[in-house]
Amino acid sequence: MTALGKALSVIGKPWPWFTVAVVAGLWIHGRLGGGLAFGLRAGESLRDFLVEMALVLPPMFVLVGLFEVWVPRAVVERRVGRHSGVAAIPWMVLLATVQAGPLYGAFPVAVSLWRKGCAPRNVFIYLGAFSAMKIPMLTFEVAFLGWSFSLARTVITLPVFIVIGVVMERLLPDAFVLPSAEAGEQPNDVS
Amino acid sequence: MTVLWIITAGALLASLVADRRKTRASLIKGLRMFWGILPLLVGVLALVSLVLAAVTPEMLQHLLSGSGPLPFFTALGIGSIALMPGFIAYPLAGLLRQNGASTPVLAAFITSLMMVGVLTLPVEARFFGWRVSLLRNGLALVGAVLIAAGMAWVLP
Repeated sequence: MTALGKALSVIGKPWPWFTVAVVAGLWIHGRLGGGLAFGLRAGESLRDFLVEMALVLPPMFVLVGLFEVWVPRAVVERRVGRHSGVAAIPWMVLLATVQAGPLYGAFPVAVSLWRKGCAPRNVFIYLGAFSAMKIPMLTFEVAFLGWSFSLARTVITLPVFIVIGVVMERLLPDAFVLPSAEAGEQPNDVS
Repeated sequence: MTVLWIITAGALLASLVADRRKTRASLIKGLRMFWGILPLLVGVLALVSLVLAAVTPEMLQHLLSGSGPLPFFTALGIGSIALMPGFIAYPLAGLLRQNGASTPVLAAFITSLMMVGVLTLPVEARFFGWRVSLLRNGLALVGAVLIAAGMAWVLP
């Protein structure tokens, strides 16, 4: 398949567009006074999701591209690789907490780190910290649920996802290879 | 999010100054990954929107308040399936608490919302493969239960 054909084949899968069309149709129906609050709600939440995605994903992917080209594998391996110690954990948490956005924005970063030699346990610690300890999110949490809730949740969550990271690394075989996530490729079912 | 854009712009500029060809290669790499995941992601988000539209805040208030194990497992279930932007999830959680949702229920809801994503599994699997994604989500679900239990212990 040519590069262009490969790039276009992504558009060819109908179900995502069909689902978007359903949401858009329901929203228009609601807007035209169809008396269906469901469609309006679906359309509005899709809009929120798309705005969030457009704000977060493009810079994330540019950063991932820059990281892949510029950062030497040896640096990643030394700091957060398989033989790095507990000192890698604050690095992963720091990297995660300064970021913003939904968890799927962290997947490309995590995959990229993994490919560069980051230990799987540290990849999952990063994902855990990203999902539960981002500073922008914590400000929201404090505002709506209060300091004691937010502090207790953060302190309890940290050891839990460190354990999850270590367990994940133990469960994966040494020969595990990540699927490639570039244009037009099928999800690679390794199980 | 502004910070993210500023950092990205700064890094991109520094890279351009250092080596234009390398910068070009990195941009192509990043955009290819973005393009590859975009349709699937948009489809999943549309699906999540439909699910969220079916579950109204009033329904959640009704389902998640009260005592006993049922609100807890409902919170865990809904939190695992859906995902929500933080600026919607937290105000909702605040509202739920005002309506009598307990601390462990809120912790289970928030934690599973953030760490477990059943509907986003296809996106995750595209990056990590199905085995890793299923394992991670399964462990995160167990983690959410542990965190909620810890919260119940710390903040009774």
